[in-house]
Amino acid sequence: MATLTINGERYELDVPDNMPLLWVIRDVVGLKGTKFGCGMSQCGACTVHLNGTAIRSCVTPVSAASGEITTIEAMADDPVGSKVQQAWLDLGVAQCGYCQGGQIMNATALLKKTPNPETGEIVDAMAGNLCRCGTYNRILAAIERASGQEGEA
Amino acid sequence: MSADDNLMIANVSRRRFLMGLAGGSALVLAARWDVALGGNEKAQFGAGAMPGGWVDDPNVFIHIDADGLVTIVNNRSEMGQGIRTSLVMVGADELGADWDRVRVEQAEGDHSKYGNQNTDGSRSMRHWYQPMRRAAAAARQMLEQAAANEWGVPISEVQAGVHTIVHRSSGKELGFGELAAKARELEVPGRHALVLKRDDELRFVGKETGLINGELKSAYPKAIDGEDIVTGKAIYGADVPFDNLLYAVIARPPVYGATVANFDDAEALKVPGVEKVLKVEGTGQPAGFSPLGGIAVVATNTWAAMEGRKALKIDWDLEAAGDNASYTSSAYRESLEKAAQQPGKVVRQHGDLDASLESAAKRVSATYYMPHMAQAPMEPPVATVRIKDGKAEVWAPVQNPQATRDTVAGRLGLDAENVTVHVTLLGGGFGRKSKPDFAIEAASIAEAFQGRPIRLQWSREDDIHHAYFHAVSVDYLEAGLDDNGQATGWLHRTLSPSIGSLFAPDPKHKGEFELGMGFNTMPFSVPALRLENPPAPAHVRIGWFRSVYNLPHAWAIQSFAHEMAVAAGKDHRDYVLDLLGPDREIHNLTVGDGWNYGEDPDLYPIDIGRMRTVIERATSEAGWGKSPGKNRGLGLAFHHSFVSYTAIVFDVEVDDQGELTIHRADIAFDCGPQANPERIRSQLEGAIVMGIGIALQSEVTFEDGVAQQGNFDKFLIPRMPDAPKMLRVHLVDNPDEAMGGVGEPGLPPVAPALCNAIYAATGKRIRRLPVGDQLKG
Repeated sequence: MATLTINGERYELDVPDNMPLLWVIRDVVGLKGTKFGCGMSQCGACTVHLNGTAIRSCVTPVSAASGEITTIEAMADDPVGSKVQQAWLDLGVAQCGYCQGGQIMNATALLKKTPNPETGEIVDAMAGNLCRCGTYNRILAAIERASGQEGEA
Repeated sequence: MSADDNLMIANVSRRRFLMGLAGGSALVLAARWDVALGGNEKAQFGAGAMPGGWVDDPNVFIHIDADGLVTIVNNRSEMGQGIRTSLVMVGADELGADWDRVRVEQAEGDHSKYGNQNTDGSRSMRHWYQPMRRAAAAARQMLEQAAANEWGVPISEVQAGVHTIVHRSSGKELGFGELAAKARELEVPGRHALVLKRDDELRFVGKETGLINGELKSAYPKAIDGEDIVTGKAIYGADVPFDNLLYAVIARPPVYGATVANFDDAEALKVPGVEKVLKVEGTGQPAGFSPLGGIAVVATNTWAAMEGRKALKIDWDLEAAGDNASYTSSAYRESLEKAAQQPGKVVRQHGDLDASLESAAKRVSATYYMPHMAQAPMEPPVATVRIKDGKAEVWAPVQNPQATRDTVAGRLGLDAENVTVHVTLLGGGFGRKSKPDFAIEAASIAEAFQGRPIRLQWSREDDIHHAYFHAVSVDYLEAGLDDNGQATGWLHRTLSPSIGSLFAPDPKHKGEFELGMGFNTMPFSVPALRLENPPAPAHVRIGWFRSVYNLPHAWAIQSFAHEMAVAAGKDHRDYVLDLLGPDREIHNLTVGDGWNYGEDPDLYPIDIGRMRTVIERATSEAGWGKSPGKNRGLGLAFHHSFVSYTAIVFDVEVDDQGELTIHRADIAFDCGPQANPERIRSQLEGAIVMGIGIALQSEVTFEDGVAQQGNFDKFLIPRMPDAPKMLRVHLVDNPDEAMGGVGEPGLPPVAPALCNAIYAATGKRIRRLPVGDQLKG
């Protein structure tokens, strides 16, 4: 039995302790914005926030997920997250869009910790999030836009 | 390409006799193309040559409700190319709709209703731009007629505004919603009666919007799925909600063609959540789109199914795989390199090559290698199937919904009419999801759970181990140069397993559509030339990967042209412009290509002038000719594919430790008319990044038939630090040409341009991809 708080809602769930948070969120709770991409913390499609920090839910056992879990579905109500989402829309970042929830979660966590990151800090922070469509230059530009530092990309 | 293109392969022989006959005017060539098809059969090209052809009936594609909400049906799969926005935008523009009051409905898989839906070959816009314009124009004219009837005036006195029809002299207006019911009762105007909008009447089509080379120029008409994507609401393959859903994974044979000898599911069934273990039958080789077979584990959630699979004990019968079980990449590469030294099947020739090489002042030769790769879309294959009362429903991210419908029906022994395919968003495709094998697998499992939806999920390891691999390739080139360094002879031997091996006994030679991807269509003007295709057997499933055989052909030809320029002591750009020869149109049959991406060679010849223009644009934008500085160099490559023209220049630096920095990429592109320039830019940006991975990182190798990479820790693809620091897209405006492809043609020249830049920076020539650690030490 696991007790989870996801996007402010409390869930009592009958799941094994070692079940990855990703599958609890997707298959048990039914929130589908968090994606499966690799299952081994290589791609970042499954990124959620645990107490404000970006984590890879595919390798986080549900038993280790104590605290506030936030998913992409809650970002529209988050002052930083919504800014990031708007920048994504303004710059037409997404192609297929599958990885973009994870990218936005990672970018939002970065901007909460570092509101005005240098380009190098953004690149380092985002290096764990794969995009097979290759939208990295626009992601970088969107993060700079969301942080109020419109730049070249 | 699709299974249907297999027919193209079968057609090769009756077209083959034309080789060498062609020459002269375009009219003569067109007539010969007809002869090739036999008798009175009229040559079909473009959308008309595709299964299902095109449909331009407004009643199929456009619905307007009483509130004025316009629904436009999109019949092509959305995999990141933006077709749900771009094609719908074309319709909305012709109709005169307010973009904020337009929604899109995704068509189910049904060629008879929606025309061809096979979303590959970079043809969605090229084939559907005109039918969508016509459907929308017909709908608009019906609204105009309804308004004219309402006001009792001739239709010539009314015209469409934005979401309204206006009576010009009185200024009276009626909204689309008010007119919809009456318009629906009118006859659909015939094609001859349609009047398409003039270019200056269009509000969206061809307009530059959004982010242009790092600067936000203007607001972009909002992307159809944009908000859903950034808020996590977009529905991909694994996101369709169901009650009572069961989740499945399959343990597949480690080697292509191997089968299950026996298995023990006792431990798997003990895993909490596992409900059932069952065998999925494979169909042997060639596999086509059929499942590879294996053991399925069905559970109450995805993770339980995966845990159950880990607990299976399976003995595989490797003998059934034949010599696939001894397939090892290093040995295979050596065997192809050896075969490349022997003459092969001649595909195209002119002049006396042997004499020209004998008498050459200088001879240049090189062998290039490109490995297997997996498409690896971020969304691994996934499909949900529910079978009930003799009917099957499929929800899946598929590029070819009609092939999905037909093959699922075939597997289940149902008529296609009893199979419904709902196409979700695709989390990337790149050719992987043209093959509906995963939907057939899901259907096979669902048969055992009548009435219950079954979702089959592929893991990343499944995706990379069991990809339809991009063909491994070896290309050998040799050229003779005269005293001035000018090419007098050109020999090219290309060796790759064929996609034909997926559908028929291994042909061991490339088919016409494979050779036509930049091999026999090589545009250089050389007095003597011979192109050969020695045999290369397939030992894994070979499938199309974004831009397909253009990748190895462009990689080899564009690297070699640079090597020739270096040997001649000439500037690379000047040298290749000279090698291309005078501006002219090369008709495909004159170079032995009876395919031409399915397009009419009269409309779509290989245009050297357009090739030259993109080369000149990319090089001038990149500052070609300036001194790049220490450890730094510019590299150029270009390619014609999918009836579009691309040139790219990289500016790179390689430090003393062999660390590569990509400072800038300039890509120039000519696809003729641009429906949605914003999405064209995004496709080219993405192609550059993906191409960097092909050049530097991506490779699947085999040992004894088993793929050695299974996830992104070993199968490497670009990450943000690998992207160019600056990326510039230069669209060549060419509205009077026929429309070309966009999704794929950006990719082929990327790897050779990058390796040419590395040579310019370091003097080190890369002939084997990926670069990996070849720059270190």
